[in-house]
Amino acid sequence: MTLPLPVPAADRPLVRIVIVGHVDHGKSTLIGRLLHETGGIPAQKIEQLKAMSARRGMPFEWSFLLDSLQAERDQGITIDTSQIRFQTPSRDIILIDAPGHAEFLRNMITGAAQADAALLLIDAAEGVRDQTRRHGYLLHLLGVKQVTVVVNKMDRVGFDEAAFRAIESEITAYLADLGVRASAVIPISAREGDGVSVRGERTPWYDGPTVLEALDGFEPARAPQDLALRLPVQAVYKFDDRRIVAGRIETGSLKVGEEIVFQPSGKTAVVKTIESWPVPAAGKEKALLNAGAAAAITLDREIFVERGEIVSTPASRPHAARRLRVRLFWLADEPLETGTVVIARLATSESRATVAAVHEVVDPGHLSTFESKSIGRNQVGEVELVLSRPIAADPHGLNPRTGRVALELGGRIAGGGLVISVLDGEATRAEPRNITPVSSAMTEEERVGRFGHEGAVVWLTGLSGSGKSTLARALERRLFHRGGMATLLDGDTLRAGLNSDLGFSDADRAENNRRLAEVANFLKNLGHIVLVAAVSPSAAARGKVRAIVGERFFEVHVATPLDVCEARDPKGLYAKARAGEIRGFTGIDAPYEAPAAPELVIENDKLDPSAGVDRLEAMLAQAGVFRRPFSAGDDAGL
Amino acid sequence: MATADDRLDELEAQSIYIFREAFARMKRMALLWSLGKDSNVMIWLARKAFLGHVPFPVLHVDTGKKFKEMYAFRDHYGKEWNLDLRVDPCPPLEQMDPTLPPATRSAARKTEGLKLALEKYGFDALVAGIRRDEEATRAKERVFSPRGLEGDWNVREQPPEFWDHFNATLPAGAHLRVHPILHWTELDIWAYTKREGIPVIPLYFSKDGKRYRSLGDEDITFPVRSDAATIDEILMELATTKVPERSGRAMDHEAEDSFERLRVAGYL
Repeated sequence: MTLPLPVPAADRPLVRIVIVGHVDHGKSTLIGRLLHETGGIPAQKIEQLKAMSARRGMPFEWSFLLDSLQAERDQGITIDTSQIRFQTPSRDIILIDAPGHAEFLRNMITGAAQADAALLLIDAAEGVRDQTRRHGYLLHLLGVKQVTVVVNKMDRVGFDEAAFRAIESEITAYLADLGVRASAVIPISAREGDGVSVRGERTPWYDGPTVLEALDGFEPARAPQDLALRLPVQAVYKFDDRRIVAGRIETGSLKVGEEIVFQPSGKTAVVKTIESWPVPAAGKEKALLNAGAAAAITLDREIFVERGEIVSTPASRPHAARRLRVRLFWLADEPLETGTVVIARLATSESRATVAAVHEVVDPGHLSTFESKSIGRNQVGEVELVLSRPIAADPHGLNPRTGRVALELGGRIAGGGLVISVLDGEATRAEPRNITPVSSAMTEEERVGRFGHEGAVVWLTGLSGSGKSTLARALERRLFHRGGMATLLDGDTLRAGLNSDLGFSDADRAENNRRLAEVANFLKNLGHIVLVAAVSPSAAARGKVRAIVGERFFEVHVATPLDVCEARDPKGLYAKARAGEIRGFTGIDAPYEAPAAPELVIENDKLDPSAGVDRLEAMLAQAGVFRRPFSAGDDAGL
Repeated sequence: MATADDRLDELEAQSIYIFREAFARMKRMALLWSLGKDSNVMIWLARKAFLGHVPFPVLHVDTGKKFKEMYAFRDHYGKEWNLDLRVDPCPPLEQMDPTLPPATRSAARKTEGLKLALEKYGFDALVAGIRRDEEATRAKERVFSPRGLEGDWNVREQPPEFWDHFNATLPAGAHLRVHPILHWTELDIWAYTKREGIPVIPLYFSKDGKRYRSLGDEDITFPVRSDAATIDEILMELATTKVPERSGRAMDHEAEDSFERLRVAGYL
């Protein structure tokens, strides 16, 4: 006998609906009522809820259905988001309960961000509250487009039409300003059952849908098929001699034989096969994947691409962005302000990002904006982010999936928002306009008189672990003890602050060198002997450094062989690079270009440190940096 | 119009996404195999995500009190699916918190066994087959759920998680629970098991008017009344039943918060 398959085979859309609103406006009661009236609660569960309520000396409490944590039941408050399923006449519904309490906004967002549609709940007696508006605003930021407003507790205002209409016009006007149209505004009493699944007899003046009818009209938000192809790369696998690019198609579709481009690298290839398991019979292989599909593809050529890149067609590719303007909500205790460094996550990419500017903070209560230097916890605002390396991005208006970012602070997701605009790498440098350099009050002679030497830049280049910083520190100490003015500029130290927006791509390394050179040159002109310790692997970039500094520039190659550096591994970086945790590490999977004509080579593995310092000092003396002999002072530092 | 197949494809794609994210971001991940219907689907999904491979260890934390059919299933499919299977025992009952009700205390052995296995192998992520519809505290779970140094779940302070961005940074010694089928229901599991032809332990099918809805330890798991002897019949039954899935699990019902206490302490 073949049995007819019931629910799973039916063509019933599955819709995720979040219930949001101010605390105590009755979300849990509405959920309980809905589930009860649609027959979604087993009798056994009702008995449990009765017992839980009785134990706490309360009348029957619907909220215990979803407030499954002991602390939630004891305190009568929803702490974290929860989900429960039930059915309307034509839909399968996942109802997401989101906490209304301001303290748990992160949990409200966690719940609401998964929703296709929302019920925004308002207490008829209390009216529209700040938290109501805030939730409305967040729904808009989270991209939830279908919203129905439910005005609850109509029994407390005697089912008065005027009271309802006032709330209705206030909230619809507010939502309209956000660009959100409420599909309905429904007067109900969740506790007494009016307007939930049964038409409210005490609201004869209302002719709109019941809550259940409104839910029955919501549509699932599907991954947009009609937008341009976006396939963020999750990983590249090497299985069974095949190199497989894996990821989920966020929008559009992908075909075998189609030319694709990876952004930001800009590499192109043709899709050779779509892979799947179990392996399909010959001739049954897939040739097309649509939005939402988990993809695994092979390419017609060997190219190096990596996680975080986004696949598109060449004709409509996302930008390779270095600067993003983002409208965001912020959830961390620490405020987001100019200079804050976060991790920006866009689809599968990840980049360090520095807040270059806070443009405005939004007051969701009045939809007004005001100037502020920082965005506090649970606030909404607009900022400019500078990324340490380019990532592929779209403005949110063009693609909602690749036009939104999550921000991580201290290893934890702390905010998120919509990409308002995307600026590419070239547009990020400020033009030097309205700038008048001011010269120092002291003359060079005065400085030489005080320090005993001219300014100079000693640029120590070499592999990580070659001993650059050790040598530079020893020379700094020696010069200092002799009354000199030596200043150490360590590459890593500057990366922790001034250059914290930079990564390790070729472009970022060149920019890192440029900034080091500018700072070193500035200090040289103030009479300092500047000791720069930086891997600076690119000969071309060092050439630019030499051009910036000009005279009294000393390129010193600390030439310690790779195997010695790797054996020392003072920072444990080689081990990480070998383990694949660091990519593009100089000497391992990125080249080091040794200087062709340095002022000095120190074979650091063959010399003891003080001999290296002797040679550096001799080099400076020979070049005439020292105009009067150093006093043979305290040499205890060496 | 959406069809049931579309629905299953959507569930599958989301699970594959979660698997690939976890594998890309975590260093030493393992999958917990309890041999039941959910974790079998999970292994199947992993093989889909990684094109026929399960590129991480599969861990069975063994209470030693499973049904003999479950051990037979493990030994057979562990080989057939080419799994890197690790079987680790749980500590004895006498070492468990004596204030817990008896069946809850018995279930706590699994939590302790997990902790020992975590220490032994140094896993930083455990993939677990829990679902939101199984039990009310599981409905509150994150997809990537950070656990404290004791394996504990800080349910009051769960990090935000949205748009499939998951928190994967942990303090040293802590670990992550990854939940790739959190969004599935019991009905989905059976519909998918049928569609994909995934092997199932025979205890799920009715014998003498009873079957198991959920498989745990032999001494604290009980069959429910049912005549469903095929997957189709199970699907029929689930569409109409009002009996909760875990009603045959004794430890869920001993005290109002006994399951929450277990979960906060690190139970799945």
